Amino acid sequence: MSTAEKYVTGAYLVLLGSILVYVLIIALKVGRLEEELADVTRAAREKLGG
Amino acid sequence: MSTSLLSRHGRGPSPRFGPLFAAAALALLVGGFALAFYWAPEDADQGFSQKIFYLHVPIALTAYACFGWGAWKALRLLWTGERRYDLESYTAIHMGLIFGLLTLVTGSIWAKISWGQWWTWGERQLVLFLILFLFYSSYFMLRYSTDPGPRRERNSAVYALFGVVLIPVSFLAVRIAGTILHPTIFTHEGADLPWQMLVAFLVCLAGMLSLAATLYRVELTGKRIDASLRELRELLA
Amino acid sequence: MNAYAGDVAALARKDLLLEVRSRDTLPAMLLFVVSALTIFHFALPSGSSERAETGLLWIAIVFTALLGLTRAFAAEREGGVLDGLVLAPCDRSAIWLGKTIGLTVFLVLAELVALPAFALFFHPLSWDLVAAVALADIGIASIGTLLAAIAAASRARELLLPLLFLPLAIPVVIGGVGASIASDPGSFLGFLILYDGVFAILSWASFEYVITE
Repeated sequence: MSTAEKYVTGAYLVLLGSILVYVLIIALKVGRLEEELADVTRAAREKLGG
Repeated sequence: MSTSLLSRHGRGPSPRFGPLFAAAALALLVGGFALAFYWAPEDADQGFSQKIFYLHVPIALTAYACFGWGAWKALRLLWTGERRYDLESYTAIHMGLIFGLLTLVTGSIWAKISWGQWWTWGERQLVLFLILFLFYSSYFMLRYSTDPGPRRERNSAVYALFGVVLIPVSFLAVRIAGTILHPTIFTHEGADLPWQMLVAFLVCLAGMLSLAATLYRVELTGKRIDASLRELRELLA
Repeated sequence: MNAYAGDVAALARKDLLLEVRSRDTLPAMLLFVVSALTIFHFALPSGSSERAETGLLWIAIVFTALLGLTRAFAAEREGGVLDGLVLAPCDRSAIWLGKTIGLTVFLVLAELVALPAFALFFHPLSWDLVAAVALADIGIASIGTLLAAIAAASRARELLLPLLFLPLAIPVVIGGVGASIASDPGSFLGFLILYDGVFAILSWASFEYVITE
């Protein structure tokens, strides 16, 4: 692979990597949101007695 | 108590279109890159390294679009006072900053291949993005250091408007700076684009914009859920 | 229209009178700019070009302006007067205009000392440079007043104001330095006029949104 090809591939990999990092962050966030939703649901049950 | 959760945070992005944007991003981006590598001719002067063009320029234009979208939402906030525009503006600008960073990185790689250095003050697009990157990073500093509330929303919105005005002003400034201060020896502006390159480029551009739209919707939904949960918590405490 | 102008004049006069009586901002700015110029001499190796020196002058101007900006709302904050100002029966944008005029006067006064000092320490100045400085003052004061109001709402206002201000100051520096050293300063001066016009209008129009509680 020539130098030019290496760099071009690297640039496209940067995009791919960024998208995957973003997906990872969103996945973590969704997990956290699910936990919080469970907490709030529990609190609602206790409070409203169901 | 007239402020229901819905009215406070408004209606989010319509769930009907979510898959549409994602599918469009997938098709256009993969298709565009395929066209770029398999179909478009190789550039006579720059050779294979010109292929970065199909990545770097769509990312740059998408960043501009995000900043513009954020400024539009900011304007809506100031106009109507509806709180939901704050989250939308903030998310759009966050997208813009991410794409702006990607612009700088891919631009730097392109500079390395073309001229052997990771940075050059002669490449106008790169310098312009540095200025915008600094500006919008300051936007985030503004948000982090101000307590949440209407004040922060309005201040952020006004600053977002300043940003979008700064784009053409800086463009002009960097342009005239090039004449005597920092001679534009290096530039990527070449001769007219062959039509195949243009087509491939446009598909990549559409794909990148769809990608940004998809990520924007996902992030916005996440933020809105966050805000609603926080509100629920307060109501139950 | 006359009432508006009257409000603006009153506000500007208030700021200037306050400064005359307390004398805390302007002397600091003057001392700062002369100290900065002195440091620049030591920072520049001998044989540095006049162009480099001119560039440094503009840095001194920008940072001296920043010093003055941090004080822009200080008096109101300390006296708890800001709420009173906002409740006053005048157009909010009049507050902006009054403050901007006051700030411009401060900057001009600081430069009346800075520019001769520079000419003394380094090299003589052209009238294009003076014109550029005047135009830059207007632009800096315009956005500075607005940004000071934005920063005043934050928890770290002294830290935030420079961060908000500096990216916006970059075009001013480009225009200023360009006008100072180019053989044809016209386009740079024209650019500064454009900058001033655009950002002054934007600041004037958006000030009311950042000053209300």
